[in-house]
Amino acid sequence: MTPVLRLLLQRLAISVLVLVGVSILIFFIARIVPGDPARIALGPNASQAQVDALREARHLNDPIVVQYGWFLRDLLHGDLGTSLYTKRPVTQDIATYFPATLELVLYAGAMMILLGLPLGRLAARFQRRWPDHMARLISVIAVCTPAFVWGVVLQLTFAYIWPIFPLEGRLSNGIDAPPLITGFYTIDALLNGQVATFFDALYHMILPATALALSGIGQTARLTRSSMIETYRKPFIDMSRAYGFREDRISRRFAFWPSLIPTLTIVGLDFAAMLANAFLVERVFVWPGLSRYGVEVILRKDLDAIVGVVLVIAAMFLVTNLIVDLIVSIINPRIRLAERKAKA
Amino acid sequence: MAVLTIRDLQLGFRKGRQTAQVLHGISLHVNAGEKVALVGESGSGKSVTAQLALGRLQQQRGTLASGAIEVVGHDLIAAPEKMAPERGHRVTMIFQDPTSALNPVFRIGDIFSEVLRSGGRKVTDAQARDRALKALAEVHIPDPARALDSYPFQLSGGMNQRVMIAMALANEPELLLADEPGTALDVTVQAQTLRLMDDLVTQKGTAVLFISHNLSVVREFADRVYVIYRGKIVEHGRTDQLFADPRHPYTRALLSAAPRLVGGGLPDLPDHSDAFRDPLIVHPGCGEPHEVTA
Repeated sequence: MTPVLRLLLQRLAISVLVLVGVSILIFFIARIVPGDPARIALGPNASQAQVDALREARHLNDPIVVQYGWFLRDLLHGDLGTSLYTKRPVTQDIATYFPATLELVLYAGAMMILLGLPLGRLAARFQRRWPDHMARLISVIAVCTPAFVWGVVLQLTFAYIWPIFPLEGRLSNGIDAPPLITGFYTIDALLNGQVATFFDALYHMILPATALALSGIGQTARLTRSSMIETYRKPFIDMSRAYGFREDRISRRFAFWPSLIPTLTIVGLDFAAMLANAFLVERVFVWPGLSRYGVEVILRKDLDAIVGVVLVIAAMFLVTNLIVDLIVSIINPRIRLAERKAKA
Repeated sequence: MAVLTIRDLQLGFRKGRQTAQVLHGISLHVNAGEKVALVGESGSGKSVTAQLALGRLQQQRGTLASGAIEVVGHDLIAAPEKMAPERGHRVTMIFQDPTSALNPVFRIGDIFSEVLRSGGRKVTDAQARDRALKALAEVHIPDPARALDSYPFQLSGGMNQRVMIAMALANEPELLLADEPGTALDVTVQAQTLRLMDDLVTQKGTAVLFISHNLSVVREFADRVYVIYRGKIVEHGRTDQLFADPRHPYTRALLSAAPRLVGGGLPDLPDHSDAFRDPLIVHPGCGEPHEVTA
C-alpha cells in the first residue's frame, strides 16, 4: 500500500465517523428547536387533522431516537427524505443546487490561491517597504468588508455604472443551460463544445466569485506574509543569502515552500467555509445555490432538508481537509517520508 | 596578497535616535591561503565582522559602517553590492549548526545546484550533479548519490557539516568565513569535521577567517590569532607566540577560562576588569600591512 493511499483510507474512515456524529447532532438540534414543521409547511389555514396526518406520515410523533432510526434506514437506501418546502426529494434538491455553489466556490478558491499567495509573498519580500504597505492595506480592506457588501459594491460598479459584467444569475436570458454532466456550467459547456455558453457562464461567474473570494484573498495574503516573514528569519535563509542565491529565487522557492505548509491548512478551512458563507453572495447575485437553499429550509424548519444540507457541507469540509493534507504531505518531505518509514 | 583587509572599521546600529556602537575601529587582514582566527566572547563583534565581509550587513538600514573593508579586491564600504556575485563563489561561509542552515523542504542536491549556480552562473543539471558528487566525495561522504537525494533531516549533524563544507569549497573560493563552525555538533564530530576542513583548505590553498570562542580549536587550526574584546582587537600574534606568551590581561583571562582535564576547578573570572581595556598588543613580526612602514 502506498503511503498516500494509506493516508487516504485512514482519513476516509475517520470522515465517516465524523459524518455520523454530525448527522446525530444536527438531527437532534433541528428537532429540539421550537416550532411544528408540519404546521409551518401547511400554513395557518390548514386544519388540525391535516397537520396531524402530516406529522404521522413523517413519523414526527415517534420518540427522537426512533426518528433517527427511520432516518438511518432511509439513508442506507440513499434517501435523505423529502423537503416540505419544495416537495421534492432532498437528494434531488441537493443535486440541483449544490453544483452551482460548488462551481462558484471553486472559482473563488482559485482566485484566493492565485491572488492571495503572490500578494503575501510580495509583501513579505518587500517587508516594510511600499509593496508591503499596499498589500497590507488591500488585505485589511478585503478581510474587513463582508462578502455581501463586496457583492453590492461590485454590482454597482461593474454591472451598473460600467456594465461590463452581468448583474445576476448563472446565464443570460436566451442561453440554455448546457446538458448536465457535472452541473458546472462552464465545464459542461466546454465538454459539449459550446464556446458561447462557456464564456457567458464565465462572465456571470466573475463578480460573485470575486465578492466571495475577496476576504479569503486578504486572509491568504496575510497568512502567507506572516509565515514567510518567519521563514526569512531562519538560518537556512541566511545561508541562502550568504551563498548568493538571488533574492527573487529565495522568495519564489527557498522561503516560499517552507512557508506554504502552515498557510495551506488554514486556506483549506477558509475554502470550505466559503461553501456555507456563500449564502449572502448567492442572495445578492440571485445565484441558485445550496447556501441559499440551506437558509430557506432552516427558516421553514424543513427537517429532512436541513439535515441533508448540513451533511453535504460537512462532507465538503472533510474532503477539503483531506485534499489539503495530501498536498501538505507532498510539499513537506518529513510527513511523506515518515509515512514511508512507518510502512517499512 | 591579502584577500581580506579591514582597517579602522567602526560599526554602529542606529535605532531611532540611539546608536549602539559595536566595533570600535578594528583592523585585521587575511592573506591568500592563510588561516586566521578571530577569538572572543559572545557579543564581542566576531560574527558581525563576518557579515560585513560578505557585504550584507552594510546594506541593511540603520547600519553605520566606516573605515575600510576590502574583500577579494572590492571596497565594501563604498560599494557593498559588488559582493553579490562573489558570494558563494570567491567568498563562502560555514555556519554554527549545519542542519538548520540547510533548507528542510529541499533535497541536498537542489540546494547544491543552487549554490553552484549562485550569482547567475550557467550550470546544466548534469554538470551540477556531477560537480556535487565530486565535492561530496572529497569530504568523505560514503554514498554521495544517496546524500544528494536526501533531505537534511535524514542525515546526521556530522554528515550535514560535511555537506556544508563541500558546498563552501565547491566553487573554489579564495576566502572561507567559518563562523563558529560546528559549535552545535558534539565534540568528537566537531573535531573530525574541523580536521577535514583543515585538510581541504590547506590542500586547496583557501584562506580562512575562523571565528571562534574556543581557544583549543584555534590552537590546532590557525596560523595567526586576533583576540577581540568588546569591539576592539586587544592582542594579535602568531598562534605559537600567543599561546606561549599571552600578554594582554584579557587574553590571559580567556586562556585561564578553558576548563582543564585535571584539577583546578572552575576559574574565577571577572565579567569585566579595567585591565581588559589595555591597549592593543602586537607580537613581533605581526601587524597590519599598512602599518609596516619602518
